[in-house]
Amino acid sequence: MAKLRQAAIYGKGGIGKSTTTQNLVAALAEAGKKVMIVGCDPKADSTRLILHAKAQNSVMELAAEAGSVEDLELEDVLSVGYGGIKCVESGGPEPGVGCAGRGVITAINFLEEEGAYTDDLDFVFYDVLGDVVCGGFAMPIRENKAQEIYIVCSGEMMAMYAANNIAKGIVKYANSGGVRLAGLICNSRNTDREDELIEALAEKLGTQMIHFIPRDNAVQHAEIRRMTVIEFDPTHKQADEYRTLAKKIVDNKKFVIPTPITMDELEALLMEFGIMEVEDTSIIGKTAAELAAEAVAA
Amino acid sequence: MSALTREETEALVQEVLEVYPEKAKKDRAKHLMINDKELESSKKCITSNRKSLPGVMTMRGCAYAGSKGVVWGPIKDVISISHGPVGCGQYSRAGRRNYYVGTTGIDSFCEMNFTSDFQEKDIVFGGDKKLAKLINEIELLFPLNKAISIQSECPVGLIGDDIEAVAKKAAKELNKPVVPVRCEGFRGVSQSLGHHIANDSVRDWIISNRDGQPFEKTPYDVAILGDYNVGGDAWASRILLEEMGLRVVAQWSGDGTLAEMENTPNVKLNLLHCYRSMNYISRHMEEKYGIPWLEYNFFGPTKIKESLRKIASFFDDSIKEGAERVIEKYTPMMDAVIAKFKPRLQGKKVMLYVGGLRPRHVVGAYEDLGMEVVGAGYEFAHNDDYDRTIKEMGDATLIYDDVTGFEFEEFVKAMKPDLIGSGIKEKYVFHKMGVPFRQLHSWDYSGPYHGCDGFAIFAKDMDLTLNNPCWNMMQPPWQEKPAKSLLKEPLLKAA
Repeated sequence: MAKLRQAAIYGKGGIGKSTTTQNLVAALAEAGKKVMIVGCDPKADSTRLILHAKAQNSVMELAAEAGSVEDLELEDVLSVGYGGIKCVESGGPEPGVGCAGRGVITAINFLEEEGAYTDDLDFVFYDVLGDVVCGGFAMPIRENKAQEIYIVCSGEMMAMYAANNIAKGIVKYANSGGVRLAGLICNSRNTDREDELIEALAEKLGTQMIHFIPRDNAVQHAEIRRMTVIEFDPTHKQADEYRTLAKKIVDNKKFVIPTPITMDELEALLMEFGIMEVEDTSIIGKTAAELAAEAVAA
Repeated sequence: MSALTREETEALVQEVLEVYPEKAKKDRAKHLMINDKELESSKKCITSNRKSLPGVMTMRGCAYAGSKGVVWGPIKDVISISHGPVGCGQYSRAGRRNYYVGTTGIDSFCEMNFTSDFQEKDIVFGGDKKLAKLINEIELLFPLNKAISIQSECPVGLIGDDIEAVAKKAAKELNKPVVPVRCEGFRGVSQSLGHHIANDSVRDWIISNRDGQPFEKTPYDVAILGDYNVGGDAWASRILLEEMGLRVVAQWSGDGTLAEMENTPNVKLNLLHCYRSMNYISRHMEEKYGIPWLEYNFFGPTKIKESLRKIASFFDDSIKEGAERVIEKYTPMMDAVIAKFKPRLQGKKVMLYVGGLRPRHVVGAYEDLGMEVVGAGYEFAHNDDYDRTIKEMGDATLIYDDVTGFEFEEFVKAMKPDLIGSGIKEKYVFHKMGVPFRQLHSWDYSGPYHGCDGFAIFAKDMDLTLNNPCWNMMQPPWQEKPAKSLLKEPLLKAA
């Protein structure tokens, strides 16, 4: 049996991390791999397409009901869905209270202690909330956890900013632990020259664009039914895209310590591709009235 | 006269600093000074209220300790909730010996530990719901409480629990003050910030609660501030004030009540014993209500006499006569104490390392017994405390701020005091070195030490400790040489 590979998926909020992860994992399962998904987001929506459920009961939610995490059993929190995929959600508080980061730490510690990481698993995927805002959300990439990270992004400016910021976070843990950046997954938003742009960004970060997933409504059609494309319509060409991504990840050998770029470099890249206008420094800090007055004077 | 000459003390400080790495040496040098009574300000000679260096074994506490342990904890009819994990509340429970009259668990609550006992789920989902529930349970089980304070432990500040919202809602429902206090332990450099935060919360939630309500005033109303009634200190102080004709309206906060605090804006004069922990609220009452405040010192007959006359000077002749009458009454008793103990204590040297006021306030009491304080330091003082200390201490004596474990031990080895007055963390280190030691935070389970009654106990305790025959039996026969200093030999042949 091959060694267990643990991977974490990061990316800007709303970029399609959970959808991409679940379709990818479904493709891996279809190919006979044993996979577990650990949702690390208080919203707990990382497993719904695999389980055909609205939201899975999360570790923290059940722990709060039972009194403490120690009162839980693994089978209480672990559900098995499409293709034998094991699903766990860490869960956490509603927005604005408590500490979601601590929830991730508690949940992952629980899984370890309860022996959720069984020998028959080929892959564990952590689907992590948008940004590494605090230590808790870095838990999946600390020592003995995820060793490879995939960043989901698109050709939009903010998605690329986020990707670069996440790369900065990885550098810190790459030096202290063994985590490596394994590639950018471009989840297309149909922006101009998107593939070239992400490839250029990947090159600057010292990594690769591991796959370009074109935009296709089939994903949404499947999602309405709480299914992955792989399960809903295995013959669709979009399912093949996820299969290709899955194969590339299985074969992936390119694990690097990223080389994040400065804001200036990133902006230069965006300007080169026409995403960002060349900055007109003469208008900074001027009100509409001041600009109007200047226009009159000119 | 100091134990050492100025030059010798300077040499000692240099020698002790020599052991540190460069950066630590530079920092610690600023926290050590050799006293010069002529100085007006301590600013140029000593740095205080700065972050302790990691690894130096500081003896400081935290903001929570300053707020819950010092200021809020002793108010007997207020229940202070330690909001967070169980340890902070449990280990700060009843340790300060703040005496009170009342029935614990019925109308008084100082010795009890009320805590929200955080678990993982409270960290993750927030502790505010649990806090609200706890407040309701308190009200059900202990209906005679007059107010509730919420003392924040560290995690509360990290997870952003909205204790203000809970307090506001509960106060409305219970129709009594529920005070949120943001005294998370990680704030500030020592317990000092906790005192300030606690004072501010009293200012914002308590002090003006009875403004405009009728109160039967007399021209002789005073309040005792900054006396925590350790071993009954405030009671021994109160007697003297009442005997001279004053009416003590409030005790802050030892054996004090919420009503007393709320009535304090009616007094003529605020009497401030511990300046460090309650100067903030004193200044506030001066600004808002025009109440003057006066620092006084009730340790030892000399300072007591001085203080009684200073206090009386704020009032009419009847009080001035009262002060003289009190002095006259107690002088024979004080003289008898001195006659008995001074011969046994004369010429003995003392080193102190305590908290808010004692390193300077007890100097006079020791001097009354013929003893000399050769070194003194504070855990969490600010420079205004050192300004006051300069005047009390002898020339060329050693003053140390936030002293490190190493420094304190080395100073003691070199200066060879006959007695050390400090806290429980220091006690056994010096016991093992064979140096007589008294706890000057808790009075070593004795007290009171304030007032005339307190002085008699103070003198007896110092004698019991210092002249205890056990100190001559510290050396086992097989161990001829005393414990070695880390410093290079010979440090001070003269001493």
